[in-house]
Amino acid sequence: MTLLALYSPRPGALHRTPAGWKLAALAGLSVLLFAVPELPVAATALAVVVLLALAGARLTARQVLAQVRPVWLWLAGLLAFHLVVTDLATGALAVLRLATLVLAAAVVTATSRVAELVAVIEWLLAPLRLVGVRPGRIGLAIAMTLRFIPLVAERAGRIREAQAARGATRPLFLLLVPLLVQVLQLAHTTAEALDARGADDEAPPRPFWRRS
Amino acid sequence: MKTRDLAYIALFAAVVAVLGVLPPITVAVVPVPITAQTLGVMLAGSVLGARRGGLALLLFLAVVAIGMPVLSGGRGGLSVFTGPAAGYLYSWPIGAFVVGLLTQLFWRRLNLGWAFLANVVGGILVIYAIGIPFTSLYADVPLWASFTGSFVFLPGDGVKALIAALVAVGVRRAYPVIELPARQPAHR
Repeated sequence: MTLLALYSPRPGALHRTPAGWKLAALAGLSVLLFAVPELPVAATALAVVVLLALAGARLTARQVLAQVRPVWLWLAGLLAFHLVVTDLATGALAVLRLATLVLAAAVVTATSRVAELVAVIEWLLAPLRLVGVRPGRIGLAIAMTLRFIPLVAERAGRIREAQAARGATRPLFLLLVPLLVQVLQLAHTTAEALDARGADDEAPPRPFWRRS
Repeated sequence: MKTRDLAYIALFAAVVAVLGVLPPITVAVVPVPITAQTLGVMLAGSVLGARRGGLALLLFLAVVAIGMPVLSGGRGGLSVFTGPAAGYLYSWPIGAFVVGLLTQLFWRRLNLGWAFLANVVGGILVIYAIGIPFTSLYADVPLWASFTGSFVFLPGDGVKALIAALVAVGVRRAYPVIELPARQPAHR
């Protein structure tokens, strides 16, 4: 089981824009769309985002449509609901707003590398140093998660095979207790190995209430 | 936080991701598939306790946000956080925290009944209490509409809470990870 990020490597102008700016723009867009509930604003925003997706991120039209596909049932249902209960304008606004935000977020994802986004998360969490959190540990935790995903899947398959070999056709959830015990031990061993390599050497910052 | 706690948190973020690979059951009327991932929310709280359970789900959301397709159906990236059902995602860390808090509260006398209660409150009530109003505000539909829409999930969620309770009791007996404050050294 391999994991491919949703980053789409293309030589677009948005790929060269720093991830932090794109995230700030996304946050600004969502505030704008809800603070100004006007149909022309939402329609313009959608047009701009589609343009950015095609020209700035160099996504193909098919890729743009694929981003909206997971929510199109929602959008259709929403529009139908508003046609029955309220009116077309309210429904169109809700649908446009949603489609714009979903697409804009997809554009940021497609144009930002995983490492860049992790760096933004660490930067955002930097103020937490004041309460004794090491932001650098976030990157370590993310790396561990990505490593554990195939490991957990593999262990689950192994336990199932072992149970089948003993002729035990047990329901799937009975696999969970032995699986969790096994992977918890594995995580414990991983932590010991990391500590032996100095993962815990940097002392956590002192919380502000313990500083003199 | 010790590296061991960090590893447990990362492990449960991974468990939630793996549970997303199990084939989802789609109900015709509602455009959200029923998945095993909320089972992961319950398990994280039940096994790790409040703090680590909540952090495990926050970490999982961070992994989703950086563009890993680990949500059920291979979804991921930032767009799921702006979708109409995003409130349910935001509720997961809080749900896991509450499951963990109640599990710690019941820890000394934990049996199937108490564990089930903890998982129903944290894994169903909390998640609905956040997800339903979010959809209603975000998609501009009245509360009753998004309320009735989510009832399709109730039977499935009940089954998941029962499974989580069974597992919680089993793991507590075999490999307890939660330590009550009284048994911990005072300086932690």
